[in-house]
Amino acid sequence: MIGQFGDLRELYQEVIFDHNRRPRNFHCIEEATHQADGHNPLCGDQLTVYARVADGVVEDVSFLGHGCAISTASASLMTEAVKGQPVEEVERLFQDMHAMLTESHPDRDLGKLEVLSGVREFPARVKCATLAWHTLHNAITQARETAKTE
Amino acid sequence: MSATVLGKNATAAVAERAADFPILARQIHGRRLVYLDNGATTQKPQAVIDEEARYYRESNANIHRGVHWLSQHSTDLYDRSRERVRGFLNAKQAAEIVFTRGTTEAINLVAASWGRANLKAGDEILLSGMEHHSNIVPWQLLAEQTGALIRVIPVTDAGDLDMQAFAGLLNGRTRFVGVCHVSNALGTVNPVAEIVRQAHAVGAVVLIDGAQAVAHQTVDVQALGCDFYVFSGHKLYGPTGIGALYGRKELLDAMPPWQGGGDMIHTVSFERSTYAETPQKFEAGTPNIAGAVAMAAAIAYVQDVGIEFIAAHESALLQYANEVLGEIPGLRFIGQARERAGIVSFVVEGIHPHDLGTILDMEGVAIRAGHHCAMPLMTRFGLPGTARASFALYNSTKDVDALAAGLLKARRLFGMEQSA
Repeated sequence: MIGQFGDLRELYQEVIFDHNRRPRNFHCIEEATHQADGHNPLCGDQLTVYARVADGVVEDVSFLGHGCAISTASASLMTEAVKGQPVEEVERLFQDMHAMLTESHPDRDLGKLEVLSGVREFPARVKCATLAWHTLHNAITQARETAKTE
Repeated sequence: MSATVLGKNATAAVAERAADFPILARQIHGRRLVYLDNGATTQKPQAVIDEEARYYRESNANIHRGVHWLSQHSTDLYDRSRERVRGFLNAKQAAEIVFTRGTTEAINLVAASWGRANLKAGDEILLSGMEHHSNIVPWQLLAEQTGALIRVIPVTDAGDLDMQAFAGLLNGRTRFVGVCHVSNALGTVNPVAEIVRQAHAVGAVVLIDGAQAVAHQTVDVQALGCDFYVFSGHKLYGPTGIGALYGRKELLDAMPPWQGGGDMIHTVSFERSTYAETPQKFEAGTPNIAGAVAMAAAIAYVQDVGIEFIAAHESALLQYANEVLGEIPGLRFIGQARERAGIVSFVVEGIHPHDLGTILDMEGVAIRAGHHCAMPLMTRFGLPGTARASFALYNSTKDVDALAAGLLKARRLFGMEQSA
């Protein structure tokens, strides 16, 4: 069984299928203090990230939209990872995720987010995984433009 | 001869030509390359690759410039390439063929030159709902500049143009109709001769986007009666960066230049310049000479194989793909138009096209996944995108089998069926 899918298993781990099938925090936050739209013009992935920030802490975060398994799972995992975190830590996670997906693995362990580390070996799919993070970054830094991965 | 019999013979005759394409011997991720992204660009036969190299090795010089032998030789090759395109489209004269960078530039040329000179506020531009962005955006830019309005011919659920709606949209204000000959996203072959006939009846000018047609069927611009016909070399086994615009001579003659520079002028002074004749008027600067020469070689190659054989071969493949893919659970075809050419577009329930693209790629199978630069059409079908397999003369039923095996693997990976 292990060998059947070869390198694809590096990209598509069970956790990713789970979050793709049942995305967490997949709803709108009516009382969001921050929100931003993200769009990947190459493949048409589209999402909106909502966040409620109070006293420098991301108290609640969610998303809505459509995309491939990688982008949906990445968004879902992101909401779990950043909920309850101080804004500075969220920004640090954004930088670390970006590094893990595009350059080299950061010094620290990123916990559950590590399941996305295989994406780096699939250059065409990196943007799928980074879209939600770019969008969240724009939301909490209140950039008004639609986030793009280009 | 029945289509099936011709299909079988054609398959045998055409399949041998796969050996002409060196890239097909490549392995991708350790697998045989199964190239099914021909709608994006086709691979190149050795004859075309050789011809472009031969031009640079033996014939390179600028055209219409020098009195020296090589310049004249290069000019002759460039002119012969234009004549080759003329014959390919059955245009009346070579002056009706303008070399461009490709389909996109050809449409932009018509929009900028013919459009700005002929459209005014309130005029209507009629485009089909299945156009590629390249036959939408230039007209939007023009509409913004002129105040002309864009109206859209709707697409039926099956992926055909709604011809009744088309007839209803035509009126005295319709100045231009732009339609693809073959849809890049659905493979629909549009009834372009009929569209031209009806559009001309209200005095509209018609441009046919032939990017997805010329490699798959015979095109005769005189029989179609269209005013403009555009295509790209790279979807026709030729190089990138070269294509052609066919325009009726009277229209081209009356159109202003669109880019200024060398080679498009008759005389230049700071007070006033006069322009060269059609088609040089539209070819400012040193053109892609090697590209034109290699595109002519690609046309010669296609003519040598026989476009009717290619069409029959691809039609048989399409039929085979419909049967084989139709058996995959959860697979739904998008676009089942009455007449289709070379393209099968589909979605698989529960697996995003982009994920399908990656999984197939690991099997060596190259397809296109996404909106196919036809976002309005995807919106019309309520989809973010589709997976698209598009055929060329070198594809075989084995390639379709590899695609089907890859799709079944994707379903297993996504936990949709028991692993074998």
